[in-house]
Formats: sequence, structure tokens, C-alpha cells
Amino acid sequence: MVDYDVKYLKFKTYLNTYCPHCRNSFNRKEKEMDKLKFIGVYKGEDFELTISAYLDVFEAQASIPLKEGMILEDCKCPHCKQSLVTSEKKCGECGSAVGEVIISAFSKLIPFFTCLKYGCEWHGLTKADERRIKLKIPRQEMPEQDQVLRIHNFNEVPYGLTTELALLEAGRCLQCKQPKCVEGCPVNIDIPEFIRLIAEEKIEDAVMKVKETNLFPAICGRVCPQENQCEELCILGKRDYPVAIGHLERFIADYERRMDFRKLPRIEAKNNKRIAVVGSGPAGLTVAADLIQLGYSITIYEALHEPGGVLVYGIPEFRLPKSIVHYEIEFLKSLGCRIETNHVIGYIYSIAELLENYDAVFLGVGAGLPRFMNITGENLCNVFSANEYLTRMNLMKAYKFPEYDTPMPEGNDIVVIGGGNVAMDCARNAKRTGAINVTVVYRRSRKELPARNEEIRHAEEEGIHFKLLTNPVRFVGDDRNWLKGIECVLMELGEPDDSGRRRPIPIENSNITIPCDIAIVAIGNRPNPILFNTTPNLQGNKWGCIEVNQETMETSIEYVYAGGDIVTGAATVISAMGQGRIAANAMHKKLSRPASKTKPKQKPEKAVATTPKPKPKAKSTSTRKKI
Amino acid sequence: MYEIVEKYEEVPNVHRLVVREPNIAAKAQPGQFAILMADEQSERVPISIVDTKDDTFTMFILELGISSAKIVNMKEGDTLEAVTGPLGMPADLGKYGRVVLGGGCYGIGAIYPLARALKELGNEVVTIIEARSDYLLYFQEELKAVSDEFFVATSDGTEGTNGHVQDVLVKLIRDGERFDHAKFIGCTYMMMNCSHITSPYRIPTKVALNTIMLDGTGMCGCCRVSVEGETKFACVDGPEFDGHHVDWDELMKRKSSYLMEEMLAYQTAPHTCKALEKAYSGDSK
Ligand SMILES: Cc1cc2nc3c(=O)[nH]c(=O)nc-3n(C[C@H](O)[C@H](O)[C@H](O)COP(=O)(O)OP(=O)(O)OC[C@H]3O[C@@H](n4cnc5c(N)ncnc54)[C@H](O)[C@@H]3O)c2cc1C
Ligand SMILES: Cc1cc2nc3c(=O)[nH]c(=O)nc-3n(C[C@H](O)[C@H](O)[C@H](O)COP(=O)(O)OP(=O)(O)OC[C@H]3O[C@@H](n4cnc5c(N)ncnc54)[C@H](O)[C@@H]3O)c2cc1C
Ligand code: SF4
Ligand code: FES
Repeated sequence: MVDYDVKYLKFKTYLNTYCPHCRNSFNRKEKEMDKLKFIGVYKGEDFELTISAYLDVFEAQASIPLKEGMILEDCKCPHCKQSLVTSEKKCGECGSAVGEVIISAFSKLIPFFTCLKYGCEWHGLTKADERRIKLKIPRQEMPEQDQVLRIHNFNEVPYGLTTELALLEAGRCLQCKQPKCVEGCPVNIDIPEFIRLIAEEKIEDAVMKVKETNLFPAICGRVCPQENQCEELCILGKRDYPVAIGHLERFIADYERRMDFRKLPRIEAKNNKRIAVVGSGPAGLTVAADLIQLGYSITIYEALHEPGGVLVYGIPEFRLPKSIVHYEIEFLKSLGCRIETNHVIGYIYSIAELLENYDAVFLGVGAGLPRFMNITGENLCNVFSANEYLTRMNLMKAYKFPEYDTPMPEGNDIVVIGGGNVAMDCARNAKRTGAINVTVVYRRSRKELPARNEEIRHAEEEGIHFKLLTNPVRFVGDDRNWLKGIECVLMELGEPDDSGRRRPIPIENSNITIPCDIAIVAIGNRPNPILFNTTPNLQGNKWGCIEVNQETMETSIEYVYAGGDIVTGAATVISAMGQGRIAANAMHKKLSRPASKTKPKQKPEKAVATTPKPKPKAKSTSTRKKI
Repeated sequence: MYEIVEKYEEVPNVHRLVVREPNIAAKAQPGQFAILMADEQSERVPISIVDTKDDTFTMFILELGISSAKIVNMKEGDTLEAVTGPLGMPADLGKYGRVVLGGGCYGIGAIYPLARALKELGNEVVTIIEARSDYLLYFQEELKAVSDEFFVATSDGTEGTNGHVQDVLVKLIRDGERFDHAKFIGCTYMMMNCSHITSPYRIPTKVALNTIMLDGTGMCGCCRVSVEGETKFACVDGPEFDGHHVDWDELMKRKSSYLMEEMLAYQTAPHTCKALEKAYSGDSK
């Protein structure tokens, strides 16, 4: 009798989603209902009772009139096996009937609902009850593409929460007085507040709330490592599972995009000040979006033919659909932001030249230089850097070959070296190219894998092998210089190192060879030296990053700011955005000072700035000539 | 955006392309290159910048595979999807004295800005170019105008020396010519051979490597080459490198991985040139 999914009955928000008179749902009418049917006898009379439930709405329909206080012997609650008792609830404030007849065995779980007559709220439960009920709601799983099917396409894997799941999930938040989650968020989004707004079905307001601190929730909701940030600190996580903050963030942003209710923000009158933003990754986009709203004229210079930085060339389609990044970029353009692609700053304009034409410059050029291991055979054919592999696949759309001209690197056995998000992206991409065996080789253990949990889980589900505590020592090639295997040494974990993780130590004579036809090196990226080579007075540090004043993000050159991976080294999308915002505020503060107009700018040494610094080794008296 | 103002087939398969891009025209220095995309689906193709005039710049494109074919099939007035540049380190230029330059295939054009700049700096410029046959030679008048001496080699002997740049080079050196500097641009095989020839004579030699490239900004590493045992990125550390220190063996193998077998076969066909064989044997002693 009970073919009824009980999952959704555990919590119910409002009853006013259906008309109390005609019994039609207001906004969820068309959707499938779960039904529970009882046939029995009441006081000698045959009757039929159908209880239909759709998520948080349920209704009872009976062949005889239901009144308060009827005990329906034959109708047993599938959970508690108690007979159902009908009761009529009245609004505590106005005294009118609320949900007509409620089946009491279920109604235990109803926390509060609205009086349908007058709209006042009726609270059937105390605060303590409410909390108890909230704790009963399980963390809602996000629906995902089938594990078997998804490795044959490049479509996004998680589908996102449905409105119903999102409301249910939002209902779990305890609205803590001192929310820990906010501390965990690098840009301190007011998390409980936006979740409360979702629970109240004020999605538009929730989006606005998030955007006060994070301009690109659709992106962050998908790529932030929430389990190490907000969700790590969520109080609920101490009991069982934290609120799915990332999923909710993604939900509201997707909802906004789907419903297209995005409003143009208020843009202040143009202040005739011009800003050049170098690099269109998350850091650059944030600076552009913040400053354009304050009335600045913005030009973004991007080296590649498509704006978006790592978001378009690195992170794959199945994790962050490019349409989302395009949507954000189109929005920026609609606000009047100019984006100049195919402009490599340093070559086409020096920073000195930018300062002649702009009031300030922001450098958000990321950390795009791939790191290699410097072991034998690294230059064999079919050894790729993760950047090359992902750029071919994403930016050049090799997976659409031959519609796109860039061929897709194909092989049966593909090994990815590294354990971060980049490695997971490569491995999952490789799986989608039809490879039979995809293996991730990582030198520490599973616990230390730096990738997001979700990515690791997805990779495992997709059948990617993990060869942990293993480190490559040599790439082995055939006589034509094609890769045919990787010699590795097994590792064990020793004492913790500076990063607090246990240091891997090679085990002697444990070498093994993993046969493979493609290897992808995903062991990290460093900052690109082009800007340093072309800007002599730009101060860097020993990691090749730009030195900045941490409070303002200003570099050693006045009016030149920097943020994102070029300052921190390879980090996260949200930290790049956070730094972009700090820089934008500091730039605004500095440029709106009346003195700044008259103060002469300190210019980088111009003569050398336009040309790359000659290599120190070159002995010839290098003379630069224009063609 | 990036308008093609002039395009014609100079000789079979080699096309002259003039594109309007004021910034590149203003900034390009000898030895630098640009990356072109014909349309959104194209690969990014690196092409040397040969000359600039007002707000346009000139390139010579050899039709090879799909992406270069797409570009050369465009018409005057069409616009390219993307043009990025100038990229790469400018060539090392100085007053060396007597300089020998060698160019083959697209290098005939690409060597021109170097010849002109070196000449303007007061060097004596000796230019050697090669092609399979006389009807494939192009740009000769312009090159002659900026060279003090000018030689031609053709594989079939229809014009100039029968053979390649390296054959002329060997002959010149054997005849007692002394050079203070050498630069070569063209197919890898020619650049390798020429570097092997200049090495025993200690002639500082620069070659412009044409590795496979993707972004051209140092981001992907597919253009990596070993120079003096160190991994370098041709797009940002080069394209010009010291010909005596490039790991030619690795480079040839790396390139061959992407080259059509027949093209490789053509380039590495066994040589019958006696002079070259002698030069090699002299080399090893
Ligand atoms: C494959 C991959 C997966 C990742 N996954 C995650 C993840 O799941 N979660 C997460 O939080 N982080 C992730 N990251 C890290 C995250 O993407 C970066 O930390 C973030 O993008 C840094 O932003 P940015 O604005 O500093 O630079 P970038 O996004 O790197 O953008 C820099 C831009 O500047 C351009 N540029 C460079 N030099 C110049 C120049 N001279 N002139 C003009 N333009 C120039 C570049 O072409 C690029 O477009 C991932 C990174 C990669 C590579
Ligand atoms: C710094 C630099 C400057 C260059 N300047 C010029 C120039 O001025 N004029 C010019 O015509 N070409 C130049 N090239 C070479 C040019 O980039 C290649 O010919 C072009 O990428 C071939 O692309 P394609 O799509 O037409 O051929 P593809 O379809 O990509 O390739 C056709 C065949 O050639 C192979 N191939 C791919 N790239 C190269 C390469 N770089 N060299 C040799 N074979 C390759 C492919 O693997 C394939 O087998 C230069 C290259 C570099 C790196
Ligand atoms: S810590 Fe968790 S439960 Fe508390 S407010 Fe934040 S998200 Fe809600
Ligand atoms: S072409 Fe990508 S690093 Fe040189």
C-alpha cells in the first residue's frame, strides 16, 4: 500500500500553497503528486481517503466529510503506524480555520503555517520544537547526471537544487545568533540572512543580499571549496551535515539567470576617471564590476581571445558551463565595460603607457605558468601540462573536434599527476575523451588530496583510479620519443611539514612502472613573468608574485594595484574576488581624494619599459629597433 | 576588427597577408610574431611579423594544415577572428660586423626584418635563401635591397646552388669567408644543419624556433624546448635561441609528433651533398 516517498514529509513549511476551497495548488499544480490511499470503514460507512503530498504541501480528500476528532482506525500512518485522527487547526491570532482538516498523525511535523483567511502567521510550535524539527531534515542531495552516462558527454554534472529542495535545505539553517559560517567565508557573505530570505521564498532579495559581497554567486556556488570554508564551520556540521550553503548560493544565482529578473544596478554618474584592468579572471572582473558602478570608465585587457581567465580556459564545461561566465561578462558589457581581448599587456602596452592613459591600473593576470617536475623524459611527446591539456579542451574546444580545428589528445591509458582541482579536472576530462584507464598519481594519501570533496567524489564515481602515495621519477619513451609509461616510486608519510601536512618520503626500491600513452602534469602553476620582464620597477617576491600593500593591494608603483593569483600564487576564485574588491575600494578611495588630481604620478622608467628586458646572458650590445 | 587589407599568393602555397592592427604595427620589433585565428573554430597560428607600414603589418603564410589554409582562403576586406601580438622576445640585434642570414620556406620573409635592422646597424649582411624550385622563390628584390651579398639555393638546382642553405653556407666558409654572427629561420632541419656547421667555427648562431604553440603567452608550455639542458618556452623566452645549445634531437622528435609523416620524410630525406658530409665529419673531430 505504501509506495510513498517519505523523504519530503519530514518538514513542511507553508500550507498556503493551495487553495483551501478548490484544492488546487497555486504554484505547483502541474507537478506530480505522491499519493497515499486508504480504504476503510468509519462508523459503519465505507470511505476512501487519499492523501496527496507534494513536498511541503499535502492535502486529504475523503469520500465522507471530515470533521474534527474523527479517529480513522483503518488509516495508519506509514511511519508511526498510528491511526489517523483528524483535527481542525485554528489560527492562534484570528481564530479562523487554517488548513481545514489536518491529519493529526502527520501534523506533528507541521511547524507553522499561515492563516489563509487573513494571512497572519499561526505558530503551532515553540522555538524548541522548531529547532527539533529542523534537525530532523536531512541535508538535501543535489540531483546529478547519471554516473555511467555522464562520462560520454561534457554537460554539467550536478543539475542544481530544485526550488522545493532549496526551500527544504534553507529550512535547515538554525539562524545562529553568532554564525560561524560567515567567518569561514573569505568575503564574509551574510549567510544566515540570505538563507532566511530563501526560506521565505524571497529569492530576489536573497540574490541581492549575496551580491552585496559576492558578485558572481553562480560561479562561486559551483567552484568554491565550501567544505573548507563556510560549511566547515557550520554548527549543524558538528552534529551531522552542514547546511549546503554552496548549493543554495548556486540555486539563487541560477534562479535569477533562469527567470532573468536581474536588474541593472544603480550606476553613479560618470566621474571621468579611467581604469585599466589587466586580465579578465575573477579578480579583474570584480574590480571592473565594482568600479563601473561607482562611475568609472573601465577597459579590461585580456591576453587570450576570450575573456574569463581560468574560468574559461581552465575549469571544464562539465563543472562550470561557459554560458554562465559569458552571462556575467555580457552583463558587465551591458554596464558599459570595454573588454579588449588579444591584448598582452607588457608587449602591446607597457604599464607606463597604461598609466599615461588611465588614472589607475589593476593587475589581475593570474598565475598561468605551468610548473613541471624537472625529471627525465618530461619533454616526450604526449606529456602535457595541465594548462595545455585543459586549454586545448576548454578554450579551443578540442572536445568538439572536428567542428573546432584543435584536435583532441586521445589515448587509452591516461595518467594525471597531482591531486588538486586541476588534476581532477584533467582526469575527468580525460575520461570523457574515451580513455579506458585514467589514473591520478598523487604523492600523499587520500586525506591530503587538496581538491574539493565533490570533485574527488565525482572522479571516483566516474571510475577514475587513484594511485596514492606514489611519485613519478621518470617518463619512459619509445624509440620515436612517444611516451609509453611512467616510472614511479612508492611513498610513505613522515613528519608534518611547514604546511602541516605529513611529508611524503620515498620508499627505497619500490619503483613501479605505470604504462600509459598520455601523461598530464598538474602539479601547480606559478605567476607568469611577462609583466616583471617588461616593468622593471614592479616589485616581486621570491615566489615570483607581485608585492602589494595588503590593506590596499597597491603595488610598488603608485596607482598600480594587483590582486588574485598574481599576488597569492595559485589560490581560489573567491580569494581572487576578495582581493579584487579590496583593491577596488582602495582605488576608489585614492582616486576620489581631491588631491589626487593634481599630484603628479610616479612613472615607471619608460625607456626600458616598452621592451622586454634583455636576457642577462646576451653579451651583444643589444639595440632595439622597430621594424 | 582585424581587417585583411591585402592578400595574394606570392608563389604557390605562400601567401602575403597584410592586416590592419595599428597597435601591432606601432610596436612590433624584428623577430617578434603574432598569433592569428581565422574564425572562432580555428587553432591559434603563430606567424612572424615581416614588415609594418602605417597601421598595417605584413606576414607570409605557408599553407600547411587546416588553420593556415583557413587564413589564406580569406579575401581582402575579410576580418580575422583574433590577432594577438606582438609576441615573443625581439631578436638580439647589434653591430657584429659580418653577419650571415639564412631563410627557408616562411623564413624567406621572416628573415627580412632582421636583415634590414642589421644592415641599418651597420653590419655587412650576407643573405642565403632556399626553396624547392625557382618558381617557389619570393621576396628576392626586397631582400637584395637590404643585403650586401645574396645567395639562392634550390633543391632541384633550377636557380642558384643545387641544395640547401647549409650547402651555400659550407661553401662560403670553405672559401674562407668569416662571419661574426649568424641567424637562421625556416624549417627545423635547415636550422639544425646550419647550426651544426657554424658550431666548429664558433660563429655565434641564433635560430628562430617554430615549435607548436597554443596561447603564445607562456601559459601552456606546449612550446617548450631544451636549451643547454634547461626547459625554455619558445613563445616567451624565444622564439630566438642559441643554435649551438638547442637540443635538436628532442626538438625534431617533438615536432615530428605533430608533423605529417610525409612532410618529415621530405625534410629529412638522406642527403647526397658531399660538402655537407665532409662538414659533418670535420665537425665530429
Ligand atoms: C583547472 C583549474 C581548476 C580550478 N578549480 C578551482 C576550483 O574548483 N575552485 C576554486 O576556488 N579555484 C579553482 N582554481 C583556481 C582559480 O581558478 C584561480 O585561483 C582564479 O581563477 C584566479 O583568478 P585571477 O583573476 O587571479 O586570475 P586568472 O583567472 O588566472 O585570470 C588571469 C587572466 O589574465 C590574463 N593575462 C595574463 N597575463 C596577461 C597580460 N600580460 N596581459 C593581459 N592579460 C593577461 C590571462 O590570460 C587570464 O585570462 C582552479 C584553477 C585551475 C587552473
Ligand atoms: C614563432 C613562430 C613563427 C612562425 N612564423 C611563421 C610564418 O611567418 N609563416 C608561416 O607560414 N608559418 C610560421 N610559423 C609556423 C606556423 O605557425 C605553422 O605552420 C602553423 O601553425 C601550421 O598550422 P596549420 O593549422 O595550418 O597546420 P596544422 O593543421 O596545425 O598542421 C599541419 C601539419 O603541420 C604540423 N605543424 C603544426 N604546427 C607546426 C609548426 N609550428 N611547424 C611545423 N609544423 C607544424 C601539424 O602537426 C600538422 O601535421 C611560425 C611558427 C612559430 C612558432
Ligand atoms: S552556521 Fe550553519 S546553521 Fe548557523 S547560520 Fe550558518 S549556515 Fe546556518
Ligand atoms: S605557446 Fe603556450 S607556453 Fe608557449
